[in-house]
Amino acid sequence: MPRWCTTVVLKKGAESPTTVGWKIRSQTNNQVGLERTVIMQMLKIVPEKCTGCMQCELACSWVQTGMFQPSQSLIRVNVFDEEASYAPYTCLQCDEAWCMNACPVNAIGIDPSGQAKIVIDSLCVGCHLCTIACPFGTVFTLPETDKAAKCNLCGGDPACATACPTDAIEFGDGQQAGEWFEQWGDRVHSQYVEAGKA
Amino acid sequence: MIKSATGGWTGKILRVDLTAGTSSIEPIPEDWMHDYVGGRGLADRYMYEEVDPTVEPYAPENKMIFATGPLTGTPVPCGARYMVVTKGALTGCITTSNSGGHWGPELKFAGYDLLILEGCAPKPSYLYIYDDRVEVKDAAEYWGKGVFETEDGLREELGIPNLRVACIGPAGENLVRFACIMNDKHRAAGRSGVGAVMGSKNLKAIAVRGTQGVSIAQPEAFMKSLWEMRAAMDTDPGKKAFNDLGTAATIDMTQSFGGLPTRNFQEGQFEDFENLNGVAIRDTRMVATKACFACTIACGRVTQLGEHADKFMVNMHPRNWKQAGEGPEYEAAWALGPDTGVGDLDAVLKANWLCNDLGMDPISMGSTLASAMELYENGVVTDEQVEMPLEFGSAEALVRMTEATAYREGFGDELAEGAKRMGDKFKHPEVFMGSKGQEFPAYDPRGFQGMGIAYATCNRGACHLRAWTPAIESSGQADPHTTEGKSEWVVEEQNKSTTHDATGICLFVGFAGASLESMVPLVAAATGVPYTLDDFVHIGERTWNLERLWNLNAGMTKADDTLPKRILKEPHKTGPSKGVTVDLDAMLPIYYEHRGWDSEGVPTQEKLTELGLGSL
Repeated sequence: MPRWCTTVVLKKGAESPTTVGWKIRSQTNNQVGLERTVIMQMLKIVPEKCTGCMQCELACSWVQTGMFQPSQSLIRVNVFDEEASYAPYTCLQCDEAWCMNACPVNAIGIDPSGQAKIVIDSLCVGCHLCTIACPFGTVFTLPETDKAAKCNLCGGDPACATACPTDAIEFGDGQQAGEWFEQWGDRVHSQYVEAGKA
Repeated sequence: MIKSATGGWTGKILRVDLTAGTSSIEPIPEDWMHDYVGGRGLADRYMYEEVDPTVEPYAPENKMIFATGPLTGTPVPCGARYMVVTKGALTGCITTSNSGGHWGPELKFAGYDLLILEGCAPKPSYLYIYDDRVEVKDAAEYWGKGVFETEDGLREELGIPNLRVACIGPAGENLVRFACIMNDKHRAAGRSGVGAVMGSKNLKAIAVRGTQGVSIAQPEAFMKSLWEMRAAMDTDPGKKAFNDLGTAATIDMTQSFGGLPTRNFQEGQFEDFENLNGVAIRDTRMVATKACFACTIACGRVTQLGEHADKFMVNMHPRNWKQAGEGPEYEAAWALGPDTGVGDLDAVLKANWLCNDLGMDPISMGSTLASAMELYENGVVTDEQVEMPLEFGSAEALVRMTEATAYREGFGDELAEGAKRMGDKFKHPEVFMGSKGQEFPAYDPRGFQGMGIAYATCNRGACHLRAWTPAIESSGQADPHTTEGKSEWVVEEQNKSTTHDATGICLFVGFAGASLESMVPLVAAATGVPYTLDDFVHIGERTWNLERLWNLNAGMTKADDTLPKRILKEPHKTGPSKGVTVDLDAMLPIYYEHRGWDSEGVPTQEKLTELGLGSL
């Protein structure tokens, strides 16, 4: 049984700014186009393997709320019926995190492991700027608190990855945030180009 | 606000009066939840309490109950099921039609264990449920439209991408006796004509969005059992095979036993079975596998016709089918394939999609068409009565008559009444292959003797999902041709599958390394009620007897627990099941005795008292 099943339900975000991101960011090379020197763990999503069963949403909501409540999940499965395609998506943990840059009160930081951008509840004022800044639409606001909520990688043991029955979501080593997404984007882009030629 | 149950159950019912367009929320009596677990059991209890068994299926007094189980909406593998309980339009029995997909969990997330529909809407309407907000809305725009279009349209109109829709197609609107309720486009509460009952209530669709959660009474114990079950399933070869080949792999098994009914049960083996089996579907038309909610198996076949979409363009009502769809599953592949003698996968696939889009049960559709083909080949139905020759093996007839049935066009009007009523009308009742008015599914009882007693005694008419005897008859545990031990096994299995249905978990976990036994600790931990396996068997028996009582009150007798003459008297002339007939006379008394019923099939007072039904 994975650890997340029985650990005390994680609070949404962290209580206090134990590690605010800037220090760690300065250690890594976050200039676009340059290779990272630090290997980190990240979520990798393979949409081709997804069957649309929503186990990831159930697991995520369990960690968030202690209930099975997909509406509260921070990973969402997009269903494209007509193309027979299912695309789970969640925060890419961007190197150059737009949510983090947009936040006017520094309420989005980097967690101690250096892997996840997290919302610091005590600082968040609920201005929603991060939800607008995120190019992928993976920062949400919670209706009851009106504060931001985003994937925090469950503190290094992401529930969605263990819950996935088809290994469509994996948590493993990578060099650059969202590198899996780039390949996927390239494929979609080339399909568009092909379609344009035809 | 009603206090919710500890876990698993929400403890609430949503009751909608379609005549008045009003709704109310009420609590479920706690002892009923404990005594019937949920889903099918609980809904049966409400049917018994509230619906007069002698009511006409299409009368406003008939009610429809949509029921989820305590594990629906949880990550227990295949926790996707909901049950539709009503008086069946095809059978006149209490019917319990089960479906997967994502609709059932969504109803649970909206906060309800049960949805009870009463009365009849004055005009075409749809029901919109967003948590506590419930509205009966005008559906004039969707009336007459197919299932796919209706679902997309409602999603667009209401502007909710995560909306889940259960709806009827033109078949339900036109009161085709075997119309389904379709959810998530390709999932069906299929049998016994629940869609026709919904159509008679002028209800086109039920659109649900739920944002609440399912809580668990004992989280730690629940999670432990959940991962034990997942581990057992992950190492089971059945799960992998099921995912690889889907349900249609069963065709090879039934064929090898001479139990694949062919050309309206005139033969037990089909020469072109390899065109339609799991391998053929996977290798030629499948583009992906698809899972229902929380399912770790993913037996669903996403198929694409591609450049073959224009084949058999006999449709009077053209549809744009360049995109992907689902199916066929084993039952559909059989009914539309071997039973009608059609060995062309594209025709079967197309007829299957038509059934899905028009909202019809492909089993009854194929079987009724097969009966009509027999009538045609015997000269009872003449060329003047049909628009095209209804010969066995005609792919064109299969595709066109499927469509004509849903719209009740031409001879389709006769087919829409089901094989029993059609056979009676043409004075050849022997062409009807079924029990209690419902057509048989895809197992020939002469190939699997046990299916004979299972079909004859099933409370909702012939059904393969209440006691699937090939489980023992194909694995060498029991001789497929003898009656020995079959009645006893069927009684036990019917009790077990009934509670399995009540939990909200798909029966198919049984083929993938789990069983009812795996459900016991999960339901116990979810609800906080310390159930045991014995409790579950007892609950199943209670529910089964309750359904039986309802059917007896509806006018069913021992005479309805029977099989067609062809099954009882006419053996196959070739193949592995050559020479076998079903000895129902030997099995039925043992069945009754084992059930604690008298020789007329009526539960004894003693039995009812034992089951806590003594006062009913």
